[in-house]
Amino acid sequence: MAITVFIPTQLRNYTNGATQVPAEGSTVDEALTDIDQRYPGIRFRVVDEQNRIRQHMRIFVNGERVQEITPRLAQASEVHIFGALSGG
Amino acid sequence: MTKAKPAKKPASRPKKKTPRGVTLLIGTRKGAWFFSSDAARKSWRVDGPHFLGNIINHIVRDTRGGGTLLMAAKTGHLGPTIFRSTDKGKRWKEAARPPAFAKAENGRAVDHSFWLSPGHASEPKVWWAGTSPPGLFVSTDDGVSWDSVDGLNENPMYGKWNPPDAGTPDGALLNQILIDPRDASHMYLATSTAGVFESRDRAKSWRPLNKNVEASFMPDPYPEFGQDAHYIALSPAMPDRIYQQNHCGIYRVDRPNEKWERIGNAMPKTVGDIGFTILPHPREPDIAWVFPMDGSTVWPRTSPDGKPAVYRTRDAGKSWERQDRGFPKKQGWFTVKRQAFCRDDTKPVGLYLGTTGGEVWASTNEGARFTQIAAHLPEIYSLEAVERL
Repeated sequence: MAITVFIPTQLRNYTNGATQVPAEGSTVDEALTDIDQRYPGIRFRVVDEQNRIRQHMRIFVNGERVQEITPRLAQASEVHIFGALSGG
Repeated sequence: MTKAKPAKKPASRPKKKTPRGVTLLIGTRKGAWFFSSDAARKSWRVDGPHFLGNIINHIVRDTRGGGTLLMAAKTGHLGPTIFRSTDKGKRWKEAARPPAFAKAENGRAVDHSFWLSPGHASEPKVWWAGTSPPGLFVSTDDGVSWDSVDGLNENPMYGKWNPPDAGTPDGALLNQILIDPRDASHMYLATSTAGVFESRDRAKSWRPLNKNVEASFMPDPYPEFGQDAHYIALSPAMPDRIYQQNHCGIYRVDRPNEKWERIGNAMPKTVGDIGFTILPHPREPDIAWVFPMDGSTVWPRTSPDGKPAVYRTRDAGKSWERQDRGFPKKQGWFTVKRQAFCRDDTKPVGLYLGTTGGEVWASTNEGARFTQIAAHLPEIYSLEAVERL
């Protein structure tokens, strides 16, 4: 399932500067795991070992904020990852 | 005073080396800097910032011959990780599997790695890490991948030793891991929630080692555990001797004794014996240094009366002498965190401290005089002095 994941500035050193990357997966979890295969380490900076989104990170699916990584993704979904307005 | 068993002397005397100078590995709230000195430790070359904007809690070099550098990092937004360098800090690569707790319902998550420690000399690829919340992790592949140590992290007593509402301002810590240089299976660790623990089976099991250490913030002021051990250090010259700077005072124990002695009682009453760090001399077991802070009233955690000073004992804590030459004589409100006071192994010993105001002060003569070698850095979290990179 073709997904687009939008990468915030904080994570672009993993993606060689790319602001968006394609992903496969039927959930946010699977999409993050998929991009982690190509950009090792990126997932753990966003999601902790209990699969919780980190306190100062935000994830939106097609414009709607999600609190967990379990929501299902439709074909051509857009997943935006942001650094929250905090964490400095 | 030196009654405890001394360390075995090496079989052959090491070759005398010409001093190469020192590199200070400086971790700050906003990145890492490396300050390298000439052989006399008089002039310093600045290399940095590295990882600007990252919160760097600790940078450690493997002194067992491999030379690997490990750096404990996170950012305000991003989760924790470990960076590795095998070329003296020129290039860094992220650990493939950083410290993480086992997955569990309502399970713990590592907020940051706080302390990194090379393993025993007989285990050249082994490293240990202490985290917040308190957790113990081990790597057997030179820091590439890390495993949770069940003997502590899954210990049936973990919840009592590390209650979820306990902790220091930046989170509860496992803040030191020490290994007996004579025995890889004999370890100590220090936490901010339960005090000091000992293992004699290479971290498989742990028991509290806090007898006679005060916890003035508990209903029972001398509990079996619950102390806030700010810093513990083995005397390199006498590994049975442990010095401790605790939240409530300065202590020493000479193993196999179990009972700590409050050697801070000999500090001047106007200064007190509160602080973050204690540094044993590398060759003289009766010598150690502390950097006192104000732990009165609301705990300012600044130099008492705005007059920074190191205090040195030369008789294992029976008496202390003030060393303040070079520091501001007044209006010097230094705060020096627990990993931000260190020494080198040179003769004479160099002492280095980094302040939360971004200053680094150095002494090349065992504290007789201090000189400011850096200012305007971000808040300093950690300093380590290693042979020049």
